[in-house]
Amino acid sequence: MFEILEKKCLNPTVTLMRINAPLVAKKAEPGQFIILRTDENGERIPLTVADYDRENGSVTIIFQVVGATTEKLNHMNEGDCLHDFAGPLGRATHTEGLKKVAVVGGGVGCAIAYPVTKKLHELGCEVHAIAGFRTKDLVILEDEFKAASTKFILMSDDGSCGEKGLVTDALKKLIESGEQYDEVITIGPLIMMKFVCGLTKQYGIKTIASMNPIMIDGTGMCGGCRLSVGGKMKFACVDGPEFDGHEIDFDEIMSRNSMYKPFERKAHEDTCNLFKQEVK
Amino acid sequence: MPNMSLKKNEMPVQEPDVRNKNFSEVALGYTAEQAIDEAKRCLNCKNKPCTGGCPVQIDIPAFIAEVAEGNFEEAYKIITRSSSLPAVCGRVCPQESQCECKCVRGIKGEPVAIGRLERFVADFHNANAKEAPEVPASNGHKVAVIGSGPSGLACAGDLAKKGYKVTVYEALHLAGGVLSYGIPEFRLPKSIVQKEIEGLKALGVDVETNVIIGKTLSIDELMEDYGFEAVFIGSGAGLPRFMNIKGENLSGVYSANEFLTRINLMKAYKPDSTTPIQPGKKAVVVGGGNVAMDAARSAKRLGADVTIVYRRTEKELPARAEEVEHAMEEGIEFKFLTNPVEITSDENKWVKGVICQQMELSAPDESGRARPVAVEGSEFEIEADCVIMSIGTSPNPLIKSTTEGLETQKWGGIIADEETGLTSREGVYAGGDAVTGAATVILAMGAGKKAAAAIDEYIASKN
Repeated sequence: MFEILEKKCLNPTVTLMRINAPLVAKKAEPGQFIILRTDENGERIPLTVADYDRENGSVTIIFQVVGATTEKLNHMNEGDCLHDFAGPLGRATHTEGLKKVAVVGGGVGCAIAYPVTKKLHELGCEVHAIAGFRTKDLVILEDEFKAASTKFILMSDDGSCGEKGLVTDALKKLIESGEQYDEVITIGPLIMMKFVCGLTKQYGIKTIASMNPIMIDGTGMCGGCRLSVGGKMKFACVDGPEFDGHEIDFDEIMSRNSMYKPFERKAHEDTCNLFKQEVK
Repeated sequence: MPNMSLKKNEMPVQEPDVRNKNFSEVALGYTAEQAIDEAKRCLNCKNKPCTGGCPVQIDIPAFIAEVAEGNFEEAYKIITRSSSLPAVCGRVCPQESQCECKCVRGIKGEPVAIGRLERFVADFHNANAKEAPEVPASNGHKVAVIGSGPSGLACAGDLAKKGYKVTVYEALHLAGGVLSYGIPEFRLPKSIVQKEIEGLKALGVDVETNVIIGKTLSIDELMEDYGFEAVFIGSGAGLPRFMNIKGENLSGVYSANEFLTRINLMKAYKPDSTTPIQPGKKAVVVGGGNVAMDAARSAKRLGADVTIVYRRTEKELPARAEEVEHAMEEGIEFKFLTNPVEITSDENKWVKGVICQQMELSAPDESGRARPVAVEGSEFEIEADCVIMSIGTSPNPLIKSTTEGLETQKWGGIIADEETGLTSREGVYAGGDAVTGAATVILAMGAGKKAAAAIDEYIASKN
């Protein structure tokens, strides 16, 4: 069993948990993910590793409550145990030889953008971090990003914090001002990554996008996470989750990711209703 | 006097129109009377052709003779001398191309129902055996088994009986491999699989779920840091193949692995499961193997109208005869000599249909089966909102890519000695689908048993 060692609310819908999982902690690298189940009848969901501590054997995950399982997970507390926690899965982010990188995160995707930012920073790479949120209340990891980057730009859709605008506005400005990046790494909603990749393609800057498709086993067995990259079929779980953003067919994966939307919405509502009944 | 009836005792089954709406087991099993009556059809031939047709050489006439006398426990002991998973194999073995096709009674009439008798004996034992198995004295040696499917379970069981401390590593959250995630409940109840695994645990075998060898731990770590003297790789052939035709990434297109895993492992057919599935109203299953039958019959049970498209004819279907027969009875339509060339899309990138070509058979190919050739200009579209690709699987490269010195075939199969399972690495053995590519439960089980014997010899020779 995998005990929740620490639970912290980062914003009203985003939660951080540190999980006791020594075998996973020993091997985990930025860019990789785990698969968990909250309980015996739970579904398997993939979550990207947000941090790890090899010494004390813990792995940190950060998740947004979007469906039934994340709702259930969010109702668990320190001392509770997750039923299953397997990993690390997928390939680690390629960081070797990078001298100057822009990391572009959006929403809860910033939770995944952060460990990469930190690792690059520790390797002596110049990192410019751009983090975008809808509004001030949803901002996460601001101090952490500041500490791990040479330049940090906070963006919000409504202008309630940082600069008003999209992450692509900020990135464009940096590029136009003459900043030259070896690579752009982008992690966030598919639509945001699509536009980031569209922008960097114009400037010919290599861009890596981290995908989070629907998945069951996470080991290459089901093929549910497949997407088209450069016209070829790839499995995000074993070939990714990071791919050359200029080659990804974003429209296709956006459609695949919404395959279960009606089911997910209903399952989430049912779960919320269950918790409400318990409170009564 | 033997029972000279030309026909097998019929297997009691759920009615087709009832069972195609539920996930309970289709075949209900013989009663003791039926089993004894069927056993009396066996002529107890001296040269035992049936045993020669069994991949693990069960002494078939001997166990059947005990059944005929009503000595079911004795029969069980005879079977388990050669087989580790009789309740499973009695249900899923392709008997018609193994033991039963060699049966003398089959020359004129139907062969003895060997598979049904094996199943009866195993079920009788599971329902009636009271004594807990004796835990063998430890010999102090540790062996790791990767994968908890048929080959891994067989290998672990045989080694545990010899006193080895065995740890089985499973990547998923539940043990059983393809028996748990692949074969549906209506063909192989999951309680039977879990009973086999409980039996192993009672022998002292540790089962570690959620450990992906090649990711969480490597084979080198198992041998160097964890003190395992030998490792058996039974990681199966889990990687689904696709046809590389247009439209395979549309919403509504599944690999059979994904479709069946959602149903069998994640119980998506149960109302309280949080794992969703979209069987659609009109499902097309591509392929003709057991997995295609399982996927088609599962989709039917979830309410879809199902069509199986297969590029050869009924005669070449690789699935077990019984599965094909059951599928047809349950109302699944078959389109033979039909091959998909494109999956079409609606405006939301959902499957709308499958464009197929008519095929005809020509000279046999390297597999010995007649090669299907497309008939030009024969394209037609089948309407579908769900497509399940069931055209085979290949071994998962995770272990190969993280184990230095482990040699594999070009197509991914681990190279292993046929008799011992020894790979190119000392102390590392392999068997089952990871070596052969997708095959049968019984062949995998046989490979696991052979490797267990070889591992025992190897460790004994070192000490």
